[in-house]
Amino acid sequence: MDIKDIIKPENLVYTKTKLMTDNALSYCPGCGHGTAHRLTMEVIEEMGVEADTIGVAPVGCSVLAYDFMNVDMQQAAHGRAPALATAISRTWPDKYVFTYQGDGDLAAIGTAETIHACNRGENIVIIFVNNGIYGMTGGQMAPTTLPGMPSSTSPYGRDTAKMGFPLKMTELIANLPGVYSVTRQAVHTPKHVRKAKKAIRQAFENTRLKRGLSFVEIVSNCNSGWKMTPNQANEWLEENMLSFYELGDIKVEGQLVKK
Amino acid sequence: MAKIKGAIVVDIEKCKGCEVCVPACPSDVIGMSKEVNGKGYHYAYMANPDACTGCSNCAIVCPDGVISVYKVKMD
Ligand SMILES: Cc1ncc(C[n+]2csc(CCOP(=O)(O)OP(=O)(O)O)c2C)c(N)n1
Ligand code: SF4
Ligand code: SF4
Ligand code: SF4
Repeated sequence: MDIKDIIKPENLVYTKTKLMTDNALSYCPGCGHGTAHRLTMEVIEEMGVEADTIGVAPVGCSVLAYDFMNVDMQQAAHGRAPALATAISRTWPDKYVFTYQGDGDLAAIGTAETIHACNRGENIVIIFVNNGIYGMTGGQMAPTTLPGMPSSTSPYGRDTAKMGFPLKMTELIANLPGVYSVTRQAVHTPKHVRKAKKAIRQAFENTRLKRGLSFVEIVSNCNSGWKMTPNQANEWLEENMLSFYELGDIKVEGQLVKK
Repeated sequence: MAKIKGAIVVDIEKCKGCEVCVPACPSDVIGMSKEVNGKGYHYAYMANPDACTGCSNCAIVCPDGVISVYKVKMD
């Protein structure tokens, strides 16, 4: 069969969702942010709730998420997305409100906002993209940087005796009674993408049922900051990040399923 | 037996040449072009089109969402 007989509108099985704008993403080639954006928007499209969805963009590489996600968006001051999402969700309790945040935003400068929004059990979704580094500002060490992992401010690797230990924000907030569901996913292979999408779907279904706060961590790459090619970064992620940041559900329907 | 045949279309000007789609393809369909696009990136293309099954693996891992996938069932 000729290729042009296959490439016909009736045979289309996958194309970028209309809820991603046609703007070229500002991310480095191979950066997981783009995939995480698209999965979030695919879920919103499949649920048919785009008119009722309000996202909050962070400070970090994804500061311009509002240019790429074709739903109503706000942009928060650094780390303050959960506070802003709280206000939006309390003003419009029937909306699907989510934050999209990096690890510097969520686990460093925004630690207080994250913990308190989680502890209050706000009816929001938090999408937490953890690439173990401050991507936007040049690859500095983040609270999430692995022991021994080099960064521009720990060029010989993170020495935990001097620089402290990485913070597993996701496990930490899972212990708060206000938090309804917590999961850790990844988007570097097709298998992980499919699982991550299911997890994001579950999170927004929780919002629909007003179950409270759903937290989805996505372990991702920062190939520029890690100074690797995208495929090397994805392999490095698989070999190093996932043994520390283990994938899977941590809290389901208000019950811890993993310690 | 019904046979599945697929094909992909890459939005050449939006491809960033990251190559993440290459190992994601179970059938080794995708190669990187010798030519570059307007931004100077070597873009992805079907180097081995006959092997494509339309599984969408490449498209769902493409960070920039520039791959569309087509699939037909042949008797
Ligand atoms: C109040 C304030 N402090 C510091 C900064 C500088 N700054 C911008 S982005 C960023 C960290 C972003 O890292 P992360 O949240 O991990 O996102 P990534 O870029 O890796 O996606 C910092 C410290 C700022 N913009 N505002
Ligand atoms: S600096 Fe890192 S996180 Fe930022 S766009 Fe580039 S790869 Fe992604
Ligand atoms: S659709 Fe599947 S078989 Fe075809 S190029 Fe993409 S990954 Fe390969
Ligand atoms: S994953 Fe997407 S952007 Fe990267 S090379 Fe393949 S088609 Fe191009």
